Amino acid sequence: MANDVILKVQNLDKSFGGLHAVDNVTFEVPQGFIKAVIGPNGAGKTTLFNMIAGTFAPDSGLVTLKDKVLTGLRPYQVAELGVFRTFQNLKLSSHMSVLDNVLLGRHTAGTAGFISGMLSLKKSRIEESDAREKVLEILEWLNITEIMNKEVGNLSFGKQRSVELARLLAADPEVLLLDEPAAGLNMHETDEMASLIVKIRDQGRTVLLVEHDMSLVMDISDEIVVLNFGQKIADGTAASVQNNREVIKIYLGGEDD
Amino acid sequence: MTSEQILQYIFSGITVGSIYALVAIGYNIIYNTTGIINLAQGEFVMLGGMIAFSLSQIMSLVPAVVLAVLITGAVGSLIEIVIIRRMKKSSVLGMIVVTIGISIIIREIALFIWDEQIRALRFFTGNEISSIDIFGARISPQVLWIVGVTALIVIALYLFFRFTLTGQAMRACSSNTRAAKLCGIRTSQMVNLSFMLAAGIGALGGCLVSPLTQTHYAMGSELAIKGFIVAILGGLGNPMAAVAAGLLLGLIESFSISFLPMVYKDVISILILLVILVLKPSGLFGSRQTSSLKDF
Amino acid sequence: MKLKRYYPIVLLAGVLVLIQLLTLITGTAYYLTQLTMAAYYVVVAVGLSMVMGYAGQISLGQAGFFAIGGYTTAVLTTIDLTKQINRPFFAFLDNIGLLVHKVTLYGDAIVHLTPWISFILALILAGIIAYAIGVPVLRLKGHYLGMATMGFGIIIYRIVLGTHIFGEADGISNVPAFPILPGITIGGDFSIRVINYYAAWFFVILAMVLLLNLINSRTGRALRSLHSGEDAADAMGVNTAQYKVKVFVIGAVFAAAAGVFITHYNGGIGPSESSVTKSVRYVAIVAVGGMANLWGVLIMGLVLNFLSLRGLFGVYDDAVFGIILVVIMMFFPDGLFQPSSLNRIKRILRGK
Repeated sequence: MANDVILKVQNLDKSFGGLHAVDNVTFEVPQGFIKAVIGPNGAGKTTLFNMIAGTFAPDSGLVTLKDKVLTGLRPYQVAELGVFRTFQNLKLSSHMSVLDNVLLGRHTAGTAGFISGMLSLKKSRIEESDAREKVLEILEWLNITEIMNKEVGNLSFGKQRSVELARLLAADPEVLLLDEPAAGLNMHETDEMASLIVKIRDQGRTVLLVEHDMSLVMDISDEIVVLNFGQKIADGTAASVQNNREVIKIYLGGEDD
Repeated sequence: MTSEQILQYIFSGITVGSIYALVAIGYNIIYNTTGIINLAQGEFVMLGGMIAFSLSQIMSLVPAVVLAVLITGAVGSLIEIVIIRRMKKSSVLGMIVVTIGISIIIREIALFIWDEQIRALRFFTGNEISSIDIFGARISPQVLWIVGVTALIVIALYLFFRFTLTGQAMRACSSNTRAAKLCGIRTSQMVNLSFMLAAGIGALGGCLVSPLTQTHYAMGSELAIKGFIVAILGGLGNPMAAVAAGLLLGLIESFSISFLPMVYKDVISILILLVILVLKPSGLFGSRQTSSLKDF
Repeated sequence: MKLKRYYPIVLLAGVLVLIQLLTLITGTAYYLTQLTMAAYYVVVAVGLSMVMGYAGQISLGQAGFFAIGGYTTAVLTTIDLTKQINRPFFAFLDNIGLLVHKVTLYGDAIVHLTPWISFILALILAGIIAYAIGVPVLRLKGHYLGMATMGFGIIIYRIVLGTHIFGEADGISNVPAFPILPGITIGGDFSIRVINYYAAWFFVILAMVLLLNLINSRTGRALRSLHSGEDAADAMGVNTAQYKVKVFVIGAVFAAAAGVFITHYNGGIGPSESSVTKSVRYVAIVAVGGMANLWGVLIMGLVLNFLSLRGLFGVYDDAVFGIILVVIMMFFPDGLFQPSSLNRIKRILRGK
């Protein structure tokens, strides 16, 4: 089945002072695929991610979503187009409840503004109850309904990860950018995360993830991009990447996490 | 404007600018070791002048000034121990608010001790009417004291931070606290020292300027703001740049009187602050990249 | 619509009525004056709580917006238009009932603009200025933001202190009362003291309702997420720059509105209302009330302002707020009404 390309990265380049973090990287992500970006520490994965998400602009190059240009957009604009990301070190509002955190995910689905909110106009109220409904569904799906009203700051890391994922799903993303989703998780939790990501993909979404955990990557990725020193070394199916001589050299040549 | 007038403005600008510079240096010293901006800095200047005034009633000028500086330094140290030290995990807002609170408390204590009267320290040499003629401008000898001592302080600080062990230890604390600790530097001592130093320098400035601009219990807040403006103007964390920035602001304010009503004099410095903050928060002499890394 | 969140408002209303009846019974109706003024200051504080507590921005210049409100209405309602009344523009205003004809205590007939116009203009002006300042300044963070807002407040202070039209050091007096509705006039006359008390607190309740609604809405949630850092909000599609400015404008408009009403209530305004000291007070009240705790801020605002206005702190009024700031930030950074702080107080009282 030929999938259309949904996300295209073309000749992306970024330097910080003397450090060439991302060096002319090009790859495509077909719609409905799970694509992983791997590479040793310092390979430029996070920088690449940040540029796709709009955190900062590349020095040169282009990122397109279908036919829309993402480069140069601010992060919130990227989100409005349906591309949502997670953060390695979780950026949840620790003083808010789980429910409120996940409800934030519904932000782009609504349009009620300040005036509407302050006056509690009908539109605002309808949007609120709709949002709540959706969020409750998601909380159930992820099995975290019991902690709905708990303050996020009091939860374990694993549970916080689930909340972040819930928030992401609440946004009904077309493309998910997952920044090290298995970081800090034990083996069991990593397995759960892996099957979760697959389920999410099966809902018709596209996933681009950065990850160090090779078992997760090899398990679920449809395609893998390998970076080293900012350059793309390999790009293909898990099997082809595993057999790629360059990749093997990088990982067995003493350069590991 | 005649050349005498211009000279007059210049000297007046340098005088005021020196004090701004001293306050700004105090900010920078504390900021460098702790990352805190101590908005009570202006009160140290006020305390210096007030304490010296009271002491000078019972002793001669020099010991009065010396004691005033030491006492104020002790106050600075006390503030650090009692209050600042306990605020380890505070937010930036918390620190700002606490130092504002401290400045209010100091001010009110000063009000209680010295009430609202304006006090003035004796002129170091000469008196209110003595003046020195420099190229046609008549300036008080106190101006020479102010400029001279400020220059000495700046040089002494430069030497201290560059060449003494303690000074270098303080600089080490500012760049990397953990590394400093690992080297055996007692960072808490350095922090305390920085408060003492900043307070003492401020106090000395207060003594210097008291004969000319007089000392009033409420003068601290304006100085705090001006000093902050100068510190930002020069680039936060850069004591030498603070001197240049202080003189610059002093001169700008001084010359502004010639075309603006006096009341708007402060508006100029604040407008400068706002413009700098919006356009180049790293200050005139700071680097854009390092300042964007600073976590405010 | 969650009615639960409005229960405290009913409680508040009940308490207010109770207080008023108490003053009636005990013959201490003069307390109502300070309670009325405290109400207006509370409106400033809860607006600031939105900006500082919920959205996590630092504003040390709120008194500036308060003064913009107060001075705008003071200036516009004290200009005597008797001589201009024949000019077409003013004659038109008169025809549509926007001018007020009065006879002063001294028997002079004067004509001035109706306070409704000056009220609306004051809010618009405050909003515009807040927007103009907010856009560049709210990009800053931490100390820079704090000092920039403080700088704004100082500029306002210097302007009103040094400009003739604002009365310089004496401020503006003889500001007429504000008849907002038939039968309800905001003014200092003793005969309408009770009405003013209820009107002021109604204003507070209105503000609380608006803010409580906001907090629990989509935009409110986005604002609250700003508090712990903007990255997450950005990633979820929140235009953080715009939101920061908007909440700043809301806070400014609240402050300006309060400024308008107090000015009419007191019959005047002075430069001290825009001073840094006042701004610091608002911050102190928000801090001790718990930053993001509207009810805590309301209670502390009421108590502290009332006591201050009654002169309880005497000449050490400023010192008290200074001490409060230091003590709260040192020991109760979450404000007095959070569980962590209450526990701490309990432990201290038990002798630790």
